[in-house]
Amino acid sequence: MATAGTLRRTPLYERHVAAGARLVPFAGWEMPVQYEGIRPEHVAVRTGVGVFDVSHMGQVETCGRQADALLQRLLTNDVRRVPEGGAQYALICNEEGGILDDVFTYRLAEEHFLTVTNAANHEHDLAWLAGHAGDVDAQVTDRRDDFAMLAVQGPLARALVLGLGDGPLPPRFHCCQRSLAGVPLLMAGTGYTGEDGLELLIDPDHAPAVWDALVLAGAVPCGLGARDTLRLEACFHLHGNDMDEHRNPIEAGLGWACKEETGFVGAEAVRAARERGTPERLAPFRLTGPGIPRPGNPVVGGGVVTSGTLSPCLEVGIGLGYLPAERAQPGNEIEIDVRGRVRPAVVERKPLYPPPRKDDA
Amino acid sequence: MADEDYPNDLLYHPEHDWARVDGDVATFGITWYAQDQLGEVVFYEPPEVGATVSKDQAYSEVESVKAVSEVIAPLSGEVVEANSGLGDSPETINQDPYGDGWMVRVRLSDPSERDSLMDAEAYRASLG
Repeated sequence: MATAGTLRRTPLYERHVAAGARLVPFAGWEMPVQYEGIRPEHVAVRTGVGVFDVSHMGQVETCGRQADALLQRLLTNDVRRVPEGGAQYALICNEEGGILDDVFTYRLAEEHFLTVTNAANHEHDLAWLAGHAGDVDAQVTDRRDDFAMLAVQGPLARALVLGLGDGPLPPRFHCCQRSLAGVPLLMAGTGYTGEDGLELLIDPDHAPAVWDALVLAGAVPCGLGARDTLRLEACFHLHGNDMDEHRNPIEAGLGWACKEETGFVGAEAVRAARERGTPERLAPFRLTGPGIPRPGNPVVGGGVVTSGTLSPCLEVGIGLGYLPAERAQPGNEIEIDVRGRVRPAVVERKPLYPPPRKDDA
Repeated sequence: MADEDYPNDLLYHPEHDWARVDGDVATFGITWYAQDQLGEVVFYEPPEVGATVSKDQAYSEVESVKAVSEVIAPLSGEVVEANSGLGDSPETINQDPYGDGWMVRVRLSDPSERDSLMDAEAYRASLG
């Protein structure tokens, strides 16, 4: 492939090749999309434990006396409520309320934060943060090259990591310094699969040793293909698919991650969207018959699919899409135009998996 | 999944489809290379019996979890039988691409079209 020479490789590239991974270009990186197959990897995470190389994710460090003030201006959530050792999901918006990225921020110390960015947005996020740091006492530093990142996910993830580590694990949405297989690293109770699990931020030179220890202990290598089907069953957004700078957090269903009273960049636009409502809403759906919805498929009568796949757990086509707000309620029947074939579907509640128990309804 | 194989008794289209010609009827399917590139096939809808297929044109689609791929007709004609079992077990296309994973049988409208297809040796060479 003509672009292969310019693609970045993670410190685990050799491990992926040795494991027989299918490597594909993704956001400028050469990444494993699958090893054995998307479905067995997906099932491993739902029933056991899988490990993902997510070293393509970026990291931005924010330090200094006013580090929290800077992040409070640029992140949509209330950063000041994050304790030391805490983690928080937030969006980065422009002045118009358009979503530039979605990020996780870890508070390592009172005046020390680490923000994990999406690979495709990292450089823009870094420039955006640095560009707003001029008039505050805070230093913004690119740390992308200083970390490899692994996600260990699944109902058995905590037991596996505990067995290799040197102390108690961080609770969900918390982080701490630990050693794993003798390698010091930052461990966080976060993930993108809908399962319990941990994310590990590691010195790139030592990442292969950690990967080897996890795989030897039974973690199944999983690629970006399974990562996508897992997050879609859990109804987690993918920036660039399910939201972008032309969508605001309210229509994307991410109003819960926005605290307009903090005065973040874009807060006025988000407040207006929240008060007035939006013409469209992002909603999860599943097909009631055969077929697989794909991004870009039109919704009959208005709307568009932004993510779609065959759900390995539900064994039906599922997706996320923008629908006219009046049609975005759970239970509403819709039709997806899948390359000229009309496929009936029903709007569902989040998450699509695990499905809500009947007696909860 | 089956091992890589390109049987000598088949003819091959550059879009990774095969034809087993028997007089004026031919069976079509996709090659080992095609199913390997696609990964696990999770969805396939057979075309209707009676449908017309045209050489080099798509007559159906196969889908993996991540991707959709058109299935190209290596020859022209009318579908006289479709492998309806693939609707319920599309993974057969991965497991047995030249046997139980066959897709359609077609009554050929121009059997001489076969002269434009590759034999196994030429197809294998085309894969590089």
